[in-house]
Amino acid sequence: MTADATAPGLRLLPAEELTGKPVSLWRTAWRRLFQRRSALLGMAILGALVVVAVTAPWIAPYDPYQVLIGVEAVDDRDPPCIHLLGCPADRPQHLMGIDSNVRDLFSRVLYGAQYSLIIGVTSVSFAIVVGTLLGALAGYLGGWVEDLIMRVMDVLLAFPALLLAIAIVAVLGPGLINALIAIGIVSIPVYARVVRASVLSVKETDFVAASRALGAGMGTILFRSVLPNALTPLIVQGTLGIATAILDAAALSFLGLGAQPPTPEWGSMLGKDRNQVFTAPHLVFFPGLGIMLTVLGFNLLGDGLRDALDPRLGREGTKLGEA
Amino acid sequence: MLQYGARRLLTSIPVLVGIVVVVFVLARLIPGGACKAMLGEKATEAACERFDRANGLDKPVINCIKSVRPLRFGGCFVNPVETQLFIYAGQLLRGDFGQSIRFSRPVSIILVEQIPTTIELSLAALALAVLIGVPAGILSAIRHNSAVDIATMAGANIGVSMPVFWLGLMLAFLFSIVIPILPPSGRISAGLTAEPFYQVWGLYLAKGTAIYTLLEFFSNLYILNSILTLDFEVLFDVLKHLILPAAALSTIPLSIIARMTRSSLLEVLGQEYIRAAKAKGVPRVRLVVRHALRNALLPVVTIIGLSLGGLLGGAVLTETVFKLSGVGRILFEAITARDYPIIQAFTLVIAVSYVVINMIVDISYSYLDPRIRLQ
Repeated sequence: MTADATAPGLRLLPAEELTGKPVSLWRTAWRRLFQRRSALLGMAILGALVVVAVTAPWIAPYDPYQVLIGVEAVDDRDPPCIHLLGCPADRPQHLMGIDSNVRDLFSRVLYGAQYSLIIGVTSVSFAIVVGTLLGALAGYLGGWVEDLIMRVMDVLLAFPALLLAIAIVAVLGPGLINALIAIGIVSIPVYARVVRASVLSVKETDFVAASRALGAGMGTILFRSVLPNALTPLIVQGTLGIATAILDAAALSFLGLGAQPPTPEWGSMLGKDRNQVFTAPHLVFFPGLGIMLTVLGFNLLGDGLRDALDPRLGREGTKLGEA
Repeated sequence: MLQYGARRLLTSIPVLVGIVVVVFVLARLIPGGACKAMLGEKATEAACERFDRANGLDKPVINCIKSVRPLRFGGCFVNPVETQLFIYAGQLLRGDFGQSIRFSRPVSIILVEQIPTTIELSLAALALAVLIGVPAGILSAIRHNSAVDIATMAGANIGVSMPVFWLGLMLAFLFSIVIPILPPSGRISAGLTAEPFYQVWGLYLAKGTAIYTLLEFFSNLYILNSILTLDFEVLFDVLKHLILPAAALSTIPLSIIARMTRSSLLEVLGQEYIRAAKAKGVPRVRLVVRHALRNALLPVVTIIGLSLGGLLGGAVLTETVFKLSGVGRILFEAITARDYPIIQAFTLVIAVSYVVINMIVDISYSYLDPRIRLQ
């Protein structure tokens, strides 16, 4: 890039970077992340969700499984009753209304945050671990191992993710854990490809040759020299992957293949009451809103991380010196 | 070009073979088996044996392996021709998808009936996504950092995070209950029928012939069919039914396309040749449309191709929400009913179309960017 100093993308380095002290990639990345309003919004949403998920047992007004028949004067599928908004004070307050089994929807939606976050993080962690191993082996060993692994990944990628997940759950049997495994398996190819690409680009560098000359074994080279270089794209992919995983898991539960009622999982709540949408829309609206907010949080954070961690990119994802 | 296409087809054969085997084995791994799913949990051993024999399920799955679940070895070194996989592969090569266990009808007929629904839905969604997404992205890029830009990008971020099934249900509630202007479900109103165009034209064909199957397929594309028969009442009705599902299904690709168009166009607009054109005095519209857009569209085409896979997955959900009987819903029901022939045929069709779409996307690159030589 030969743009002059007045080119819009080039900025003067802040004073502390001119002292000669090395600034680590991570510190720069953190600062860049916090400069972005959308990433901050994403972190705020996720932070709030984590707080809700952790404190659900204390802040939820009711037990999410408690059927309120005989406990309060409420009917199934009662609309929200909020005292501040003019609901008569003699009626019990239910911020999001009552579900078809006469339970407090607000409490169930709060508990749902736990499931969504756990589902997203565990299935993607599983996919990252397996995908990293496969991708590293393929990239490092090459030859028929690489061919075999990558062709299997191609076959997995040849199916739309959700359909493949449905098929895997059909084999394993419906249930939350099996849905997690299915989504994990479906997401493996993305990470395998990312890691293989970084391994290929790092494998032939001098520092890898040097550590090999010093007698480092395959494991040492992979874990100390190669994988740290794949970390950045993995973090970005992983964060965005959690968003997709949560959407797919909710879809599986919606179809009755994931979490089973009465589990207060958003997708399953939505699926169970989907035929009530015309008479009691609140039963569908609130769980869906929860899914959307969670996914939005991870998407915003993932986009922010991509911009912050990739030094080649300037603001808004365009290359420095351009736009 | 032809050579490239041919080679791409040849290299995708191993992947396709892999798909056939994976689907075949996966389908048989589904617990319960077809017999119990069709005849009920209490079906006797004898009834199941008869059922399996009638459907060819008594033969070993692969050589040596009698059944996959429970894993039962046996019949090793039988003539490989006698195995289910071999028989299935042979049928497939002859273009025969077999008989549906659940409906007792040829799978090819069911394919011809169901695929058009999904094609219509996916194409409508894709059209919406491109027709709205690309202009929104362009507007966002040329009004960079303006209120329009921020609003569009906020909308795109929300759109990409929206669960399809939730949006579908909410749209149905909004536009058929709150403001009752659109039908909440179905493909065509009760009482209306889309008479096949070949019958309107006075063609009467023998059932089962290839040409009949082909014409039947096209006549099940209701929009095309009603245009061909000039039946505008049906056309209008079908379009009205299509709006909500297509809108729900299009949200995610629309958002992705808008974002991609914007960032790609921004990148191109920052390049030297654009500055040169600007200095030369090229009018703004011409600058964007003629000079920048063509170069900016390349990544957008990739994204459009990639979205089609997501559309097929989303179609399962959209078809469930709007009670349409298309590929997605039939496949989902077939999995629950262990209808192996349907599972195999439909997954295969989806995977093949996915492979073909990716190939078309790759080939279209060289039209958009002559620097890319396909080899």
